[in-house]
Amino acid sequence: MTHFLPEGTVKIAAQNLGVFYGEKQALHAINLDIRAGEVTALIGPSGCGKSTFLRCINRMNDMVDGARVEGSLTLDGNDIYDRGIDVVQLRARVGMVFQKPNPFPKSIYDNVAYGPRIHGMAKDQTELDEIVMNSLEKAGLLGEVEDRLSESGTSLSGGQQQRLCIARAIAVSPEIILMDEPCSALDPIATAKVEELIDELRENFTIVIVTHSMQQAARVSQRTAFFHLGKVVEMGDTEQIFTNPQHTLTQGYITGRFG
Amino acid sequence: MTDMARTNTAARTAQSVSARLGRRYAAERTFRLLGLGALLISLGFLVILLSSIFAKGWTGFIQTQVALEITFDTQVIDPEGSRDPAALDTADYAALVRSALSLRLAPEADRGARRELTALISTGAANQLRHMLAAEPDLMGTTHTVWLTASDKLDMVIKGQVPRQVGAEGNTLSDRQLGWVSALETGGNIRKAFNTTFFTAGDSREPEQAGIWGAVVGSFFSLAVTLLVSFPLGVATAVYLEEFAPTNRWTNLIEVNINNLAAVPSVVFGLLGLAVFLNLFHMPRSAPLVGGLVLALICLPTIIIAGRAALKAVPPSIRQAAAGLGASRLQVVVHHVLPLSMPGMLTGTILGMARALGETAPLLMIGMVAFIVDIPKGPLDPAAVLPVQVYLWAGSSERAFVEKTSAAIIVLLLFLVAMNMVAIMLRKKFERRW
Amino acid sequence: MQTLILAGALLLMMSFAYRFGRNRVLAQVDGRPDALHSLPGYYGWWVALWCGLPAFGLLTLWLMAEPSLIRALVIGSLPSEMQALSDDQIAVLINEVRNAVLGHATANPALAMAAEHYTHLTRVGFAAMAAVALALALGGGLYAYGRLEPQLRARPRVEATVKVFLVASSTAAIFTTIGIVLSLLFEALRFFQMVPITDFLFGLGWSPQMSIRADQTGSSGAFGMVPLFTGTLLVSVVAMVVAAPLGLLAAIYMSEYAQPKVRAMAKPLLEILAGIPTVVFGFFAVITVAPMIRSLGEVFGLTVAAESALAAGLVMGITLIPLISSLSDDVITAVPQSLREGAFGLGATRSETIIQVVLPAALPGIVGGILLAVSRAIGETMIVVMAAGLSAKLTFNPLEAVTTVTVQIVTLLIGDTEFDSPKTLAAFALGLVLFGITLGLNVVALHIVQKYREKYD
Repeated sequence: MTHFLPEGTVKIAAQNLGVFYGEKQALHAINLDIRAGEVTALIGPSGCGKSTFLRCINRMNDMVDGARVEGSLTLDGNDIYDRGIDVVQLRARVGMVFQKPNPFPKSIYDNVAYGPRIHGMAKDQTELDEIVMNSLEKAGLLGEVEDRLSESGTSLSGGQQQRLCIARAIAVSPEIILMDEPCSALDPIATAKVEELIDELRENFTIVIVTHSMQQAARVSQRTAFFHLGKVVEMGDTEQIFTNPQHTLTQGYITGRFG
Repeated sequence: MTDMARTNTAARTAQSVSARLGRRYAAERTFRLLGLGALLISLGFLVILLSSIFAKGWTGFIQTQVALEITFDTQVIDPEGSRDPAALDTADYAALVRSALSLRLAPEADRGARRELTALISTGAANQLRHMLAAEPDLMGTTHTVWLTASDKLDMVIKGQVPRQVGAEGNTLSDRQLGWVSALETGGNIRKAFNTTFFTAGDSREPEQAGIWGAVVGSFFSLAVTLLVSFPLGVATAVYLEEFAPTNRWTNLIEVNINNLAAVPSVVFGLLGLAVFLNLFHMPRSAPLVGGLVLALICLPTIIIAGRAALKAVPPSIRQAAAGLGASRLQVVVHHVLPLSMPGMLTGTILGMARALGETAPLLMIGMVAFIVDIPKGPLDPAAVLPVQVYLWAGSSERAFVEKTSAAIIVLLLFLVAMNMVAIMLRKKFERRW
Repeated sequence: MQTLILAGALLLMMSFAYRFGRNRVLAQVDGRPDALHSLPGYYGWWVALWCGLPAFGLLTLWLMAEPSLIRALVIGSLPSEMQALSDDQIAVLINEVRNAVLGHATANPALAMAAEHYTHLTRVGFAAMAAVALALALGGGLYAYGRLEPQLRARPRVEATVKVFLVASSTAAIFTTIGIVLSLLFEALRFFQMVPITDFLFGLGWSPQMSIRADQTGSSGAFGMVPLFTGTLLVSVVAMVVAAPLGLLAAIYMSEYAQPKVRAMAKPLLEILAGIPTVVFGFFAVITVAPMIRSLGEVFGLTVAAESALAAGLVMGITLIPLISSLSDDVITAVPQSLREGAFGLGATRSETIIQVVLPAALPGIVGGILLAVSRAIGETMIVVMAAGLSAKLTFNPLEAVTTVTVQIVTLLIGDTEFDSPKTLAAFALGLVLFGITLGLNVVALHIVQKYREKYD
């Protein structure tokens, strides 16, 4: 069922996607394509629905009481909200990194090994070691933690914790990584490191990132979608959005007139 | 990485995930069921407990009575014809019952039969007749049908709690007695009526004459003392700690103290009461006053903790507003903070009282286990309290005390439910969201 | 009753004092409150406090001292051969005198005299005290009334008095603790003078009944608390085996799985379970659970004692379920949602998230809660008194009857207590041990829970 699509083809597609929290409608008729092998940035003022959209992609919204989805959202052409789709399987394919670093109160090693373990991805200890080391390396953290893998994940600095969470996500070898404002709790230096990492990860993963910072969107993404009041106002190549926005709202937002 | 390699990794992930999925969901279901099962078992215990108590106890509110043609024979009660109340008070009313019984059931009864006959009627029946005559002196010399309280043995048989079979477990009636019972029943001379004795009498060795009123009054006096002592002390302590106390070692010590006192086993408070109130101050044993004092110490921490929570819930802006208008610290508290936090404090106090009402162990140690028949008239009279009455009856060997114990528990639980309802209503009514 | 009337009279006097004080100071300034230092009401309160405080102070003192005082006087009036008796025998006599006062006639003429004397003393004593109290109230009120003037700093004075009252109240908790520690220590030390402390702590036999006769010395009874301790432990272990898994799993279900509606129903029901007095559970254990266990045992060919550690522990476990579940519920809900999301985001199922992430994170809090429950189990009294039995057997078989520390404390002290027999004093030594253990457990548990809360706040 998994068939990889060449770079640039549509990986995730939303058609007339609407999300309700009880009576309140959080997303209105979203139409959006996310392409494979690219970094797509979702920007917009607070409460505009960008995080809600992100959380639809791996069905994290299922856990909110009274959340309801209409329209279609497909991954490789299969509807994510189809009854036949299994959430556990879906989340193994679509990883997620959260706003605040949330390492488990376990050792660094166990943090990264957690996903492979529950999914049974390693046949033996050597293979698991390999996955953990690989993931830490890809997350650019290996050099910093190599000699203290058994220390608690919570003992790391904020930036290291967030990269640990990224390593934890990629250890499952997902196809897509969702990032929900991954740098909002980090200082500028740590932010730069994570941004650098995102750029590298693009090679192996399709990435969707929600961000508050327009500079960040401009630096790391290839395509950008601008959300406003639960609707997608504009979607296009990042360069075009930032240099030549088609919509006055977009223009107003990126030039800092509101936000 | 090539597209091909990426496809492979992704495919491998999907494969290993789906291979284990069935097992993982089975584990998920099992775990969920375990949780649900634990909850249901816990609530099931509650259901079993309550239903077993109610099933055993409701008959305690009912009393078996026997109708007899009682002749207030002047020869027996007042042979001298003096009609002197003192003489009437000490007369042999049991003889009236005896003769009425033998007249009705076995006119030619010998001594043994007579003894078996009288065993059917409660020894309290004589008292019943005495009160009747005292209230209506005109009854003297007349004959009336009177419903007399049956003995506990007959009561158990009529209620079907012991089998009607000689020698069966729990049955102490003989063949002859059972025959008389059938005769009375066919004559319509046995009925089941509401058990007023249970709600008006004090304790008794005879189950059919035992009541909880003495224990209810004892509980009332104890709780009154508890409330009078612990409410002012608790509120004052909460106000001091929350509104006035500087944070230093001393107040810290008080706080730690209160938290630890809340977890001290209640028997230890009983030891304190015994050593200090009885042994040092020589206060009377078995008195609700002492019981109330011990209970006050037990529920003091609860009241303080609830009171502080209620005070904390009042937002600082109110204090600042009042202080900004020039009110003194005490005025701020008395005019604004206390009225706003009073519902919370009262709720906590009622819950503390409810706990005190059910407390048994410490009271055993200050002598509140004595067998007390009289209804206490004040907090210094010896008394039992409801839970202690339950304990005493639970230890009695008579079969009929089982239903009395359960009935007393039902009354105790009803009081607790009422107190909790008041607390909940208070909370609902004055609940305020800031 | 008469005390209440006196208190009522004093309160009435206080209310008059309030009115007079208030009116007088208003009259002094021709009804213009702005000429006063404080609000008029404070002057009223000031006079009322002067009127009521000394009198109520006397009343309280009297209530505390009266029983001892009268007792001493009555003993002094007894015939000299009675006075020569031991303290405990005198205590019995005094009890009889008290009963005689309450209307239960006594056969002993000397005691009947004493009873009359007792009644007389009580009456005279109270009358004298009441007269002094009323005079104090009147005098205090008049003194304050005479000193009223517009510039009197009434408010600060009244407020200072109230504050003194608040501070004094807050020390009640301290005094309670001191009272507990001192009374336990004092009596326990007396006990250890009769029975060596090592015999008490490490002795394997417990039979205090032997020393019941006054002419025996303490050493003839056996006071080794090890069997009591193992009995307590056995019952507590059974209770925790029931309560810990049920309480914890129920808490997990309610906080992680249950619909809000189910939760809103189940929580109050568990609170009801927690609110039922333990004497009710004790009765339930004796009348329902113990026979059930016995007949179950017969099915499997096991002999179960009528009073078994299993029945007592099982029922005690039921009473502890609500405590464990509510404490666990608190700590589980305190685990940050972000941790759960992290696990869900990796594709963990709910149970995997709970078992591998939530529970390890909540573990300190849960351990703290369980320790609190253990401490409650060790101190629990009524259930074991009614259902566990009295035989101090050194056994770990839950089907046998055992006895516990609390059961022995209660049984040693029920009935007439003689304060110089090791039998009575042993209860205080046991109380000291019980107090020490539960206090230690509580301090540790509260510390763990506190640490845990700080971590996630």
